[in-house]
Amino acid sequence: MQTITKYLSAEHRHCDDMFADAEAAAAADDLAAAQAGFTAFHQGMEHHLSKEENIMFPAFEHATGSSMGPTSVMRMEHEQMRELFAEMQAALDAKDTSAFAGLAETLLVLMQQHNFKEEQMLYQMADRTLNDLEGIIRQMEALP
Amino acid sequence: MSMAGLSLEQAPPISVPFRFFLVAPLFLLLAALALLAAGPAALESRWSQPLLGITHLFTIGFMSMVMSGAMLQLLPVLAGAQVPKPHLTAWAIHLPLLSGALLLCGGLYFSTPVLVTLAIPLLACAFAVFLAIAIYSLARAPARNASTQAMLLALAALSLTVSLGLLLAACINGMLNLSMQPLVALHVGWGLLGWTTLLVVGVAYQVVPMFQLTQPYPRNVARWLSGALFTLLSAWSCRLLLPEPFAGLLAFAAACGVAACIATFAIITLRLQQKRRRKVPDITLQFWRTGLFSLLAAVLLWLAGQASAMLSNSTFYALALGMLFIIGFALSVIQGMLYKITPFLVWFHLQGKLPPGKAPHMKNIITDRTARWHWRIHLASLIFCLASAMWPMPWIYVAGSALLLGGILLLANLCRAWNIYLRAVAKT
Repeated sequence: MQTITKYLSAEHRHCDDMFADAEAAAAADDLAAAQAGFTAFHQGMEHHLSKEENIMFPAFEHATGSSMGPTSVMRMEHEQMRELFAEMQAALDAKDTSAFAGLAETLLVLMQQHNFKEEQMLYQMADRTLNDLEGIIRQMEALP
Repeated sequence: MSMAGLSLEQAPPISVPFRFFLVAPLFLLLAALALLAAGPAALESRWSQPLLGITHLFTIGFMSMVMSGAMLQLLPVLAGAQVPKPHLTAWAIHLPLLSGALLLCGGLYFSTPVLVTLAIPLLACAFAVFLAIAIYSLARAPARNASTQAMLLALAALSLTVSLGLLLAACINGMLNLSMQPLVALHVGWGLLGWTTLLVVGVAYQVVPMFQLTQPYPRNVARWLSGALFTLLSAWSCRLLLPEPFAGLLAFAAACGVAACIATFAIITLRLQQKRRRKVPDITLQFWRTGLFSLLAAVLLWLAGQASAMLSNSTFYALALGMLFIIGFALSVIQGMLYKITPFLVWFHLQGKLPPGKAPHMKNIITDRTARWHWRIHLASLIFCLASAMWPMPWIYVAGSALLLGGILLLANLCRAWNIYLRAVAKT
């Protein structure tokens, strides 16, 4: 059976792969490949984050009756990641691959511990708490 | 599972882990200075008083200091476990650990039992508070996986190590009259192969895939490894209760099992890292590899010792095993982790306080260049230490100097990170 844990964790792995490509291209000073890789990664992440923020989190908050719980911390961390996305794009615009590398390192640690908390705790709680898992996953799938 | 106890917020205040991280390198400096001051006499035997003091500067002063601070930081993140009253908890662990470690090491180094006596209540208090908090937090943690299981076993091993250490301290100052040699073996076994190895295993399950983007550890191995290691260490300890020849046979079989577990962990981790998705140069990875190869070298040396009584009875054997494990394995992994944790924490705590985009990124907080220099010096100090185990003169002075330089570089890098934080906060 498809679960939120499986569905959204797979997206994390996919984004990790795109992140690694962008970072490797920047480390090789290949700006064009770094920009292409970063754009793919950034779009993939935004798509993933919006699935959570617009569909999964509201469903979870509705089911638990609280928007001040774990989802509020996750939303805050999404904003922290978005600030780093913006800084990484600025570094690419300035052709500053060493700043990009430092920001990528910082994002990686932030993103990984965030993903970890989602995969180990929040998603599993959602799988247990939410009634219509298939419906919620269908809605996320349908998000443009 | 109740949601009420769950908070996914990361962080205790930054001063909680940093007070441990900033003090720990001072113990590396003390260890290096103590080695230089004692000279070749320190390496005459593994039982020499100066060497006992120096060893505890590494194990309690540096290793346990960082491991305690890191666990207070990591428990909320990795296990979703909140540490209650973080400031008070940090003080109640940090101060007695710091003063107790200084007194114990001084007492051992200078053969002054009264200092050891003074250290007993302080270290007992520090570890009791740490263990109580860590076990309480982990037991209530919503995340249950191979990693939290290994950490819980590591804490159980620490409680045994500390209890045995307190018994030994009581023997040293004459409060108890027990045969010390078997107790020492247990104390060392549970401290290094139990507490240290199990904690590294538990942390590795999480951080190796996270930071190098590797495949996860194979599920079946992750599930049994830490439990098997703990069980084998327990069986190895039981030999004290059995008559010969059963005791000897059991101890040998269990020790072989422990060696196999440790080698399995090192080889799997090295393989995962080799096939990692993230290919950019990474200083933490260099430290981890140094640590894992040292761990394998220690296992091989132990195997060679089992084959040759001449080797296992030599002073070199005991010294080199300890050096490979403590300096090669534990110090490498711990220092490598510090280079990920500390710059991230500085960034993390600053980004909440400064306007968007103003917090310096991790590589501006601790630069790759200075961290890489530290790694090179650290590797050299390990090689020089091994040379000194074979030829104390003149290598002990080279090894001591390299250890001193490594400690200075670590301290300088961590102080720089802390300064960046303090200065940025002062401006807000």
